[in-house]
Amino acid sequence: MSRRILPIVVVVVFAVMMGFFYKGLQLDPQKLPSALIDKPAPAFHLPQLHDVSKSFSPEEMKGKVWLLNVWASWCAACRSEHPLFMQLARKGDFPIYGLNYKDQRPDAMQWLKQLGDPYIASFSDLEGNVGIDFGVYGVPETFLIDKQGVIRYKHVGPVSRKDWIEVIEPKMKELNG
Amino acid sequence: MKIKALLFVCALIFAPWVMADEAKPLEDPEIKERFKHLASELRCLKCQNQTIWDSKAGLADDLRKQIRTQIYAGKSDDEIVQFMVDRYGDFVRYKPAVDAKNLFLWIGPFIFMLVGGLILVRYIKIRRAQSSEAEDIISEEDHLRAKEILEQGGDK
Repeated sequence: MSRRILPIVVVVVFAVMMGFFYKGLQLDPQKLPSALIDKPAPAFHLPQLHDVSKSFSPEEMKGKVWLLNVWASWCAACRSEHPLFMQLARKGDFPIYGLNYKDQRPDAMQWLKQLGDPYIASFSDLEGNVGIDFGVYGVPETFLIDKQGVIRYKHVGPVSRKDWIEVIEPKMKELNG
Repeated sequence: MKIKALLFVCALIFAPWVMADEAKPLEDPEIKERFKHLASELRCLKCQNQTIWDSKAGLADDLRKQIRTQIYAGKSDDEIVQFMVDRYGDFVRYKPAVDAKNLFLWIGPFIFMLVGGLILVRYIKIRRAQSSEAEDIISEEDHLRAKEILEQGGDK
């Protein structure tokens, strides 16, 4: 009896392992799942980049589906996603806010002046502490936050047109209901 | 000119102290030990195969600062690790915790070893049974014939 079962067991174990490898080897180890998915966005109060006297807190965004894009003028990859955000800002379907991560204010403002400013507002996280609360480990990162202020999705690395069309936009539309 | 040279020499002499600024010695050796222990147990997310203790990445620097601040704020080691896990997920632990989600990874190898061992034992038993059966099949007469044939073969 075991003569017949053994080959079947071997083939099944092999197939399962191949399945894991097929999936696992295609994952990018640099892209980590966020621990904050489906958790409320951490509260913060940060001064706005363009007007330090004004502050911003995610509380103000209750009732809206919005994007929080973590960016910095020193971040090269941010440049590659920037034209897409400019285009989205012109369309104006979804509000985009910027978390200016560990940057110098003059540098950040110069960057926006040069490339255009897709953000309704940017906030200065000079020390990167809000970044830590959001589990940011590389810039750029983009968070999708729903009407209840819950983080529903996180994109690590520059958002490509494909990412936007295939993943983020459908999610936002769904959340907007 | 001489003053400039003197200043230069002074700068050289004091340079190590200035350089050492980042790794300021912590007053309390107990806190220092805890800090080192915690920083070595947490992964730098940016350079994934290094701990926060080892890494020179900016993020590791920030997280070291965070650990230090929290130690001084009187947080326990578990609270500090939990703080990191809440933000960065389980991957931040360099030494993974044993929990329901990854229990199989911990005990899996032992299960495989056990199953493999059982299969091996069964296989050996079956082989033994087969070979002793084979002995029984051959009669005394056949044995003698076989011996005869072998000996004749040897003469050729």
